[in-house]
Amino acid sequence: MPFRTLPMRGLKAAAVAAALSLGLLAAPGARAQEHEIHIPDTRYSFDGLFGTYDRGELQRGFQVYKEVCAACHGMRLLSYRNLRDIGLSEPEVRAIAQSYQIQDGPNDNGEMFERPGRLSDRFRSPFPNDAAARAANNGALPPDLSVITKARVGGADYIHALLVGYEDPPPAGATVMEGMHYNKYFPGHQIAMPPPLTGDGQVQYADGTKATTDQMARDVSAFLTWAAEPELEARRTMGVRIILFLVILGGLTYAVKRKIWARAGGDPVT
Amino acid sequence: MASGLHESSFANPVVRWIDQRMPIFTMMQKEYGSFPTPRNFNYFWNFGALAMINLVIMIATGVFLAMNYTAHTSLAFESVERIMRDVNYGWLIRYVHMNGASMFFIVVYIHIWRGLYYGSYKAPRELLWMLGVVIFILMMATAFMGYVLPWGQMSFWGATVITNLFSAIPLVGDSIVTLLWGGFSVDNPTLNRFFSLHYLLPFVIAGVVFLHVAALHITGSNNPLGIDPKGPQDTVPFHPYYTAKDSVGMIVYFAVFAFLVFFTPNYLGHPDNYIPANPLSTPAHIVPEWYFLPFYAILRAVPNKLGGVLMMFGAIAVLFVLPWLDRSPVRSMRFRPIAKWLMLLWTVNFFVLMWAGGRPAEGIYVLIARLSTAYYFAYFLVILPLLSKIERPLPLPESISRAVLRGGGPLRGAAAAKPMEKA
Amino acid sequence: MADTLAPSSSPSTGGAHGPEQGTKRDFLKLVTGSFAVIGVGAIAWPFIASMNPAKDVLALASTDVDVGHIAEGQAVTVMWRGKPVFVRHRTPQEIEQARSVDVSSLRDPEADAARVQKAPWLIVVGVCTHLGCVPLGQKPTDPRGDYGGWFCPCHGSEYDTSGRIRRGPAPTNLVVPEYAFTSDTLIRIG
Repeated sequence: MPFRTLPMRGLKAAAVAAALSLGLLAAPGARAQEHEIHIPDTRYSFDGLFGTYDRGELQRGFQVYKEVCAACHGMRLLSYRNLRDIGLSEPEVRAIAQSYQIQDGPNDNGEMFERPGRLSDRFRSPFPNDAAARAANNGALPPDLSVITKARVGGADYIHALLVGYEDPPPAGATVMEGMHYNKYFPGHQIAMPPPLTGDGQVQYADGTKATTDQMARDVSAFLTWAAEPELEARRTMGVRIILFLVILGGLTYAVKRKIWARAGGDPVT
Repeated sequence: MASGLHESSFANPVVRWIDQRMPIFTMMQKEYGSFPTPRNFNYFWNFGALAMINLVIMIATGVFLAMNYTAHTSLAFESVERIMRDVNYGWLIRYVHMNGASMFFIVVYIHIWRGLYYGSYKAPRELLWMLGVVIFILMMATAFMGYVLPWGQMSFWGATVITNLFSAIPLVGDSIVTLLWGGFSVDNPTLNRFFSLHYLLPFVIAGVVFLHVAALHITGSNNPLGIDPKGPQDTVPFHPYYTAKDSVGMIVYFAVFAFLVFFTPNYLGHPDNYIPANPLSTPAHIVPEWYFLPFYAILRAVPNKLGGVLMMFGAIAVLFVLPWLDRSPVRSMRFRPIAKWLMLLWTVNFFVLMWAGGRPAEGIYVLIARLSTAYYFAYFLVILPLLSKIERPLPLPESISRAVLRGGGPLRGAAAAKPMEKA
Repeated sequence: MADTLAPSSSPSTGGAHGPEQGTKRDFLKLVTGSFAVIGVGAIAWPFIASMNPAKDVLALASTDVDVGHIAEGQAVTVMWRGKPVFVRHRTPQEIEQARSVDVSSLRDPEADAARVQKAPWLIVVGVCTHLGCVPLGQKPTDPRGDYGGWFCPCHGSEYDTSGRIRRGPAPTNLVVPEYAFTSDTLIRIG
């Protein structure tokens, strides 16, 4: 074989390297498909590589969380001050914080006491501990929602699907145990959580959006995505800048490399 | 010049003063400046330098993460999320560290593949290769312990399963596991020692990397043709030729890295690790991180506990003796018509193992994993020794320069390069 | 194998470079090098910034103090941002002592009235401005120095009843934190 074709080899080598890395990257993708339940795709403003959060949607979602979910689910990793990020003003956030009684102490008498919340306080959890949460929920533990969209395959799509996926009565042939509820999208289809979103008008949105079950599910999923990844917008903005920078620097570096190798008659690239 | 001082060729008075007393500049110049390097590297030869950069990135981000991480079972998960939320640029540092582990394995796997394909493990580079295997093992240990630190479900159950591997050892297995745990289950003492070792091991890796590079600079680099440079016309000085070429590869590497970190930071991770560890409930499918999947597949392919563990460790141990299994004098697969295709098949097979490791251990997957495991070992233990005897290699080019320069004589660049101490 | 190679034409590319070519390359290298330096600098920043106080630290709660039970002449120490804050209920003599000083004669001239919101209540951060020790003087049995305020045991700085430096190595007065009376007996520090 003539060595004239050697430069092609360089390209081939690069292609193999690319294939290797792509193959590696594809591995977990294949893993994610294990779950046979197909989760329908929901369109969100933060979808794709460059999506951003819709502040109005986040505020509606917070309202759903606060008025519906928070009865059982905590978000212990969030602080009230974080709500500034969803577009609420400081007085609004302060008012929200103050509407909760937060345990503090001990005071000078060595006793714990409750006081109105402050910006720096974490979200008040509905139950003092997991055991109390189980006791109040027939033995089932309502998971903390702080990072729930990162902790579930499908993320926001899954949360939305789960919230709208209840079927009552269950489809023929499905067995549903006492105290459980049939849900199309829950692994095993039996979920302890009763349908949380019961229908239109459960929540009064300040912006006039009609609070259908689908709308509420969508809004709260968006809110939970923000809660899990508050850095998402900053991350993507920075990513675009850095990759643009690298493209320019890459071009320059390649030009320098070519110039340098020209001294040795060019890079043989075998 | 005063007696006892090193003779320095540097003009800058400060550099010269230091160099006379401690000739690090002379050494750098020799090892990374004028170091004669085969002129025909392809881009696969970037990956050693990339691995080194990756190690530096991991240590740098790790040191800063450790400033905010709390190694306690009740606080670890929360402290990691606090890094993500409250620490300035904490999300960036953590995602770089987390995806950096994956990048490290991508880079090192390609680096190892390069060695396998171009025969870099063969004489005189056996020790160089073995040091590389040591680095690989240390990397796996470090990655495993690092994955435990966020104390999510996968952390906890990964730690439980992997430490339980040692219980397969006859007689003392259970005592060893208890020793590893520092208790009767994976718990706070385990987390603490893993944190300590996770911080220590990268520096051990750095030490072995130093030995790896030192050994490399004795034998010199292999090259895509697998033939030794015969004179100055076959080499170029490392700087600026390969510093420039490595820089190009580095930018591409950074771009891939940046894409992962900024746009799909959790893609290579497992969602279950965002659920705090719960010692009472095992996740439905526990799988290790992707880079362990091939070895995990081998572990599960064997129906016997001890057998599986031995096979899994054997899959790495076999690399140590590879230089003595493959006795063919020809290094590069380019000139080995049969071995080349069986090597590429081995590569595909490695991906099959990786895929099988992520599937549930049942039905057809087990069968595939077993066949793949068989080929993984057969390639090293049967095919390569056999081919060493029966394969008829293609004729090798006379020299690197003859091959790459299409018969042209030594070029200005090469000729202008400083006379080499060795070629 | 090598025999089949085409005759080379490449050596000519390695011919002598004109001065222009050299300049061009140097310029290219300069631009590339500058870009790389900018890149490295930009990478360094997040690491440095990560060592600054995190958002939760900056948002740290203010501290509420109930001063209703502090008798005249007594003092309490409360924790605020990880530091002790001295709350002293001054006697009229102590106030008088603090106010009768010729301000211009002080090392760090400051009138007592400018350091308190209500004359009986002196609130200062209990950290010596010399090298950060906690001065003595909160307990009645503590030495308070010659000026009736606080005495720092580390290097002998003495503060008066307004928390001002009077003798010793400390350069400035004890710091008055931001605070407000939320009621007659409640103070919120921070």
